[in-house]
Amino acid sequence: MHELSVAMGIVKIAETETAKAGAREVEVIELEIGTLAGVEFEALNFVWPAAVKDTVLEKAEKRIQVIEGRGQCMDCDTEFGITHFYDACPECNSNLKSILQGRELRVKALEVV
Amino acid sequence: MCGTCGCGSEEGGVRILAPTLNQEGHGHSHDHNHDHTHGHDHHHHNHAHGHDHHHHHDHGHHHGHTHHHETGEVTLAPNKKVIEVEQDVLHQNQMMASRNRGYFEALNIFALNLVSSPGSGKTALLERTLKDLKEALQFYVIEGDQQTANDANRIAALEVPVMQINTGKGCHLESDMVYEAVKQLNMTPDSILMIENVGNLVCPSMFDLGEQKRVVIISTTEGEDKPIKYPDMFHTSDVCVINKIDLMPHLNFDLQQLKDYALQVNPNLQFFEVSATTGQGMEAWYTWLKAQLKKS
Repeated sequence: MHELSVAMGIVKIAETETAKAGAREVEVIELEIGTLAGVEFEALNFVWPAAVKDTVLEKAEKRIQVIEGRGQCMDCDTEFGITHFYDACPECNSNLKSILQGRELRVKALEVV
Repeated sequence: MCGTCGCGSEEGGVRILAPTLNQEGHGHSHDHNHDHTHGHDHHHHNHAHGHDHHHHHDHGHHHGHTHHHETGEVTLAPNKKVIEVEQDVLHQNQMMASRNRGYFEALNIFALNLVSSPGSGKTALLERTLKDLKEALQFYVIEGDQQTANDANRIAALEVPVMQINTGKGCHLESDMVYEAVKQLNMTPDSILMIENVGNLVCPSMFDLGEQKRVVIISTTEGEDKPIKYPDMFHTSDVCVINKIDLMPHLNFDLQQLKDYALQVNPNLQFFEVSATTGQGMEAWYTWLKAQLKKS
């Protein structure tokens, strides 16, 4: 259940940024999470209330922008969507690929008051 | 409550312990009371520390109505602001991992992060390796478990310097825990540091500890499809040690299938087939270890 660590990391960032801006609390938090980031969305939602309790995020609306995995074949340069790390290139079937996107795990923006 | 280390609750907190088997037992238990508090301090200091590095969100954005370009915050309503944070959630862990890595490189210490599910034989592999190589090479060990100093005691019995990290409720090691443990090991240059992570094939994959190589261990008593069931761990590892190879005749286990699955997830994986119990295949693993230390 590393999602709790992830949620606590998000809380830390929100606390610091809110304090820096001299604000009281967060109304909206925008996150970017890739499908290959290793975060289970259900698990994150499950731990969220416990993680944000008594913090600036307690009442915040959480908006998650999901970033689909994309890779590029290192043998034939084809770009393709990746659901799993073991997806092979649809053109040449090679397993050698670079991950172009999908590993993101970022706090994008906060709306604070 | 801190989800990572549970600090705030004595029960679930991270503790860095010396092995209880250690001959100098008394001195050590004193030490770690100090370090306990110390560790916590650090944990929290580091947050503040980390944020100094995010200057980029102090730039203006063309977003809304009134602009405050000096501060980079866009005012929506009198007291409402949007802060463009753009910060990686694991940034703090990455920074501390880089710090560890720099320290290891400066001392020419080859650091390995050993990961696997519980019961694959991580500690047995470690014990065998230390037993066979400790005369030839200088080793240090960090043991990660939720509870008990049992594994550290197994290593201390071999007279190899070891620190135990108890993660409490935590399911993985993080780089700041390793940092605290490393500070107490007083390592000499040109050594090998083995960090045995918490037995868990999921969570540790996300947390860089500052290691040079990540080694995933899988045993023949597990399913061949583990690599595709837990792809993150195999994707982020450099080496795959297949343990309990001596049990193959008694098992319905397809070694080639396991390798094929693992290579689908990570075509760069290097394999070692060993039995930590009988010693079969260990020579190749030792040769690799020695070569890495020379290289690093």
